[in-house]
Amino acid sequence: MKWLLAALTALCFIQPALPSPAAPLAEDPVIEQRFNHIAEELRCLVCQNESLAGSRAELAMDLKREVRDLIKAGKTDAQVKEFLVTRYGDFVLYRPPLKPTTYLLWAGPFALQLVGIALLVRYLRRRNRKDGRKALNEAEKERVDAL
Amino acid sequence: MNKFTLPLVAFTALVAVLAVGLTLNPRAVPSPLIGKPAPDFKVARLDDPNLEFSTGDMAGKVWLLNVWASWCVACREEHPVLVAYAKSESAVPIIGLNYKDKRDDGLLWLARYGNPYQLSAFDADGRVGIDYGVYGVPETYLIDKAGRIRFKQTGPITAAALEKNILPLIKELNR
Repeated sequence: MKWLLAALTALCFIQPALPSPAAPLAEDPVIEQRFNHIAEELRCLVCQNESLAGSRAELAMDLKREVRDLIKAGKTDAQVKEFLVTRYGDFVLYRPPLKPTTYLLWAGPFALQLVGIALLVRYLRRRNRKDGRKALNEAEKERVDAL
Repeated sequence: MNKFTLPLVAFTALVAVLAVGLTLNPRAVPSPLIGKPAPDFKVARLDDPNLEFSTGDMAGKVWLLNVWASWCVACREEHPVLVAYAKSESAVPIIGLNYKDKRDDGLLWLARYGNPYQLSAFDADGRVGIDYGVYGVPETYLIDKAGRIRFKQTGPITAAALEKNILPLIKELNR
């Protein structure tokens, strides 16, 4: 019985090994931090709705290795992204750059919002005008009644 | 103007935009490499680790770079098209890039399904693939005499795609 109790007590001290989100290959925390920051902003080309950081696809693992190597080689964040863009296009960036082909993408939501506001203002003005006329008519009716 | 005209026009426009969107392929990633010099590489050959292939060897030629692997199912679908093309009289050289494969598996695969390649380069760790922006094997690049990438086929080359997209361009580049 004693050994069972000892075994159970021992079990209490075992902590589950939690997997770290991005298994750090490099021990340098500064590199890891920069790596995670960049990889969150890059799209995995195989599973297109996943970021590079979140993907475990074969190509994503290779690209992560490549990004780590570039950071270790002293490249800036912009240079690392440039490396991937020259190979895979703007598609790898979750935040596409502002240029003629992406004007609509960036300005579209704001343009739609402006159109919406304009329509709302027009509608409200019209309604007010109608209400005003009615109210006046009511008042007039009352005056007529009073008379 | 009827009061339904404006909403109807807006709705029709929305449907038109969405209809066009449905015909596009969301997985097609336009390659930024079209028109750019093909990235240089020098790696060992698949058939002989002591021999090397360099892109410089192909200078002055129109050629195809076909990325393949023995583990790639779609490559098997494409392979007969390449084998048949390589036998045709006006065929340009096809260089294979054996991508992230094992040497023995790659050689066995060629022995079994036929070898349309002048030679295959061996890209074990996928570094050359990254330089070419490979994201889904098979991929094929058409490279001109000046060493520029003129066309990229992502996914298997079908007989129709070869006939329609690649052969006319090869003819033009060879002129």
